[in-house]
Amino acid sequence: MTDDFEPKIVAFLCNWCTYTGADLAGTSRIQYPPNVRIIRLMCSGAVDSTYVLKPLLDGVDGVLIGGCHPGDCHYQSGNYKARRRVVALKEILKSAGFDEERVWLRWISASEGGRFAETVTEMTEALKKKGPNPMRREWAV
Amino acid sequence: MRTLIPVDDNDVLAAIRGFLKSLLETGAVDLLLVPVETQTGAVNPMLVADPDQLDAADPLAPVMGINAARAVSRVTIREPQDRDTRPRIGVVLRPCELRALIELVKLKQASLDDLVTIGLDCAGTYDVPDYAAKTQKRKTPKTKARLWRDLYDKLAADPAASNAALRDACQMCEKPHVEGADITLELFGADLSAGIPVTLPDEMAEKLGLRPAKKKGPRAGFVKKLVAQRKRVRDARFGEMRQRLEEEGIEGVFAACVRCHNCMTVCPICYCKTCLFQSALYDREPMQYANWARSKGASRLLADTMLFHLTRLNHMALSCVGCGMCTSGCPADLPVGLVFRAIGQQVQEAFDYSPGHDTEEPLPLVTFQEDEWMEVGTG
Repeated sequence: MTDDFEPKIVAFLCNWCTYTGADLAGTSRIQYPPNVRIIRLMCSGAVDSTYVLKPLLDGVDGVLIGGCHPGDCHYQSGNYKARRRVVALKEILKSAGFDEERVWLRWISASEGGRFAETVTEMTEALKKKGPNPMRREWAV
Repeated sequence: MRTLIPVDDNDVLAAIRGFLKSLLETGAVDLLLVPVETQTGAVNPMLVADPDQLDAADPLAPVMGINAARAVSRVTIREPQDRDTRPRIGVVLRPCELRALIELVKLKQASLDDLVTIGLDCAGTYDVPDYAAKTQKRKTPKTKARLWRDLYDKLAADPAASNAALRDACQMCEKPHVEGADITLELFGADLSAGIPVTLPDEMAEKLGLRPAKKKGPRAGFVKKLVAQRKRVRDARFGEMRQRLEEEGIEGVFAACVRCHNCMTVCPICYCKTCLFQSALYDREPMQYANWARSKGASRLLADTMLFHLTRLNHMALSCVGCGMCTSGCPADLPVGLVFRAIGQQVQEAFDYSPGHDTEEPLPLVTFQEDEWMEVGTG
């Protein structure tokens, strides 16, 4: 892949942990790649599969779901249910002929601004290695 | 209790009608949901109150226009205040319909509270047009009844024989035998000229004046052979489809999809009153389509066809019971059911979940363990 490929990441972040963590990364002036577009949701358990599938099929290179660490969910169990949904989604993506490694689930707390920045950096690098999502050019979807 | 319902003149259908009638007449049930043949020859589930109407009941007709679990859902979700007055309904179901019903109960779209489930071992079904063509040639009730009897006898003679005329789903159905019904008509492996083996609750048998049958039949052995054969067929087809999916992707396999949403409409598991794909959620301004066309070079319309299939897979594949209504309903003749089952089986295995088996087994996506899939979420 050419070096100037910049992956696009859509991130669904939980209001209570990861979104606040991303905010902390910003207020702490921590540098991280500008490849991520953040959508705030109230809970990682509110991420329906279709939210992840729509950007992937439209050609976005990666989707990140960020939630509270296990045991820390503001709604008790939303993140545990999110994890199961992601497991099912990845299994289905793989079976249907897609690259399931373009979907990441990560637990990042409100105090982990650094961890958020690291995660985005790591994901951006991994997606650069993968190259663009083939769906970017696939019109018959 | 296991009993034997007498069969006269080898007329199995008449014996089953008689049994169903006795259920209504003795008040064992107040209503019966059962496939009934209409004057035009079509067979569809009907809710029967008058025992005389059961003269046209035909639960053996090898045709499945809808998955009747959807019909059961309509008659069982009722207001709590009806509790004292609501009727007890007997529902006559094929094994795949019973499994779909169990899933609907877990999805809170049906209730077993006032139901008596009556299951029949299934010899397979034809698609509606195929059944209509076959019955057109056979005008009398006797020759029509042969349609089921031929299927049954063929299967009885050789459980390993395959029948390419049946619906795709039936050819690879590994659960054609009833499990977990209140009343089971054990047609498999039985000598039907001697009577139909039926298991039912003791108190009901008493009400109907039925006596226990003496010996156990050869059903279990027959079912074992049949299931082994069907699993072979199923696994071969799953293998072929998985290879196609790997090579062509789901967009290749579903390239001819016309996005009519029939597969979702006929699916017993897809219960949403308004599917998000029937809502305006994915409607766009005309300029958006133009932008997509520019960015990709071309853009398929109607849009979001694969999004529909992949979302539906995520929403229902774990509960897919393999009834194959989706394939039967597809105007583009796509192997929808095979794709959903081939993928669904892998997801079901990942969660160690068997859909339609037990109402006590929670749906995988509404339950969780704290210490599972720890690697997902930490990378």
